[in-house]
Amino acid sequence: MKAMFAAFVAIALIAVGSNLYLSQAGFSSQDRASSPAVRLDN
Amino acid sequence: MLRALIALMLTVSFITTANAQDGAAPDREATGGAQTLEDIMARQRGEEVDNSFRSDATGDPDSAAGIASQLGTLGGASDPELWRGLRFGSADITASNNGPAATTLIQDGGMRWLQFREGPLLHYGGYLLFFTFAALVMFLLIRGRIRIDGEKTGRKITRFKAVERFGHWLLAGSFILLGITGLVSLFGRKVLIPAFGHETFSVLALGSKWIHNNVSWAFILGLIMIFVMWVLHNLPDRTDLHWLRKGGGIFSDGHPPAKKFNAGQKLIFWSVIVLGASISASGVALLFPFEINMFAATFAKLNSLGISEAFGLGQLRETLAPHEEMQYAQLWHAIVSFVLMAIIFAHIYIGTVGMEGAYDAMGSGEVEEQWAREHHSIWAEEELAKAKDAPESATPAE
Repeated sequence: MKAMFAAFVAIALIAVGSNLYLSQAGFSSQDRASSPAVRLDN
Repeated sequence: MLRALIALMLTVSFITTANAQDGAAPDREATGGAQTLEDIMARQRGEEVDNSFRSDATGDPDSAAGIASQLGTLGGASDPELWRGLRFGSADITASNNGPAATTLIQDGGMRWLQFREGPLLHYGGYLLFFTFAALVMFLLIRGRIRIDGEKTGRKITRFKAVERFGHWLLAGSFILLGITGLVSLFGRKVLIPAFGHETFSVLALGSKWIHNNVSWAFILGLIMIFVMWVLHNLPDRTDLHWLRKGGGIFSDGHPPAKKFNAGQKLIFWSVIVLGASISASGVALLFPFEINMFAATFAKLNSLGISEAFGLGQLRETLAPHEEMQYAQLWHAIVSFVLMAIIFAHIYIGTVGMEGAYDAMGSGEVEEQWAREHHSIWAEEELAKAKDAPESATPAE
């Protein structure tokens, strides 16, 4: 059962990691659909 | 002879009628070329109306009145003609927004997608899962649990190493999470909001979206892992034909011989690999909207190979609006996922309640020797022979 729980922990870590990475990767709608002159977040 | 003659006459008369219908151009004189009541009624009857009389009527800048003349400033296109250009995607649009789909101002195919998503996709997908589940319950009631026939030995054989089980559970755990959150997203507006209200669904939808977007990478990694680890064991061979002919021994007393994976498991493996890869590809396209457009290119290939014609789909559209690419990706993602979910229902059933001793293979990795002899006889013999040889070969040569 250890392998199963290790895999479940890995799923959680991959999810958190990918969220951290992807939110910085410049693929948000804001990044893709507006130019630097448009300030949507401040 | 008379019968043949009548048949021939009927055929000819049908062809003539069909030609008459095809050839008759609708008379739109009364509306000055605009659509008529008959066009509207025909669409309501679900008939195909050739829209070119509208989509092509987008004005003619070359014959525009002089700029100082009446209506000259319109540039040869009236307002309705301008709107038609926007609706049918032929207008030359420049947008200050630099997004990939910014110049699509009206997306004509959106309603068809929405209606399909809320209608047939939701209903048939739901039926598929429900009837698969019901069929498995029926099967359990009729056939009962598949027991280990022989005397249990108490000895164990290692069936899956820790890394194999890790890869399996990475894929399985993420698939279950993705399946549930995907269903929450799909059934939200039509089922969950009416049942639980907007406030509750809002929390559920936000959580589902986060899980679905981010857990997807674990699924892709798990898929790659099991492919690499198990592909050689899953290549079809002659034992599979025998196994399939015997129906896996599911309703008979004997167990057809099988290697590490029997033909049924190989079918599951290849379903997971092929459908899982397809779900991953469409999923990644949805995660990065408008960046990966696969459908127009696929439709063009299907057209050129004549596959779309062979299936009676006619010529598929080879030019799609960016949103349509996403809509097709969403539908494909959902349809393939429904099929894979139904297959995985059966896999979970046979790996747990359906068969005694099967779960151990993925639980502890150690299976009862008698179970292995019954369900994977060729593999079991090989493993036992290896185990017998191991101590001898491990003995130092001196």
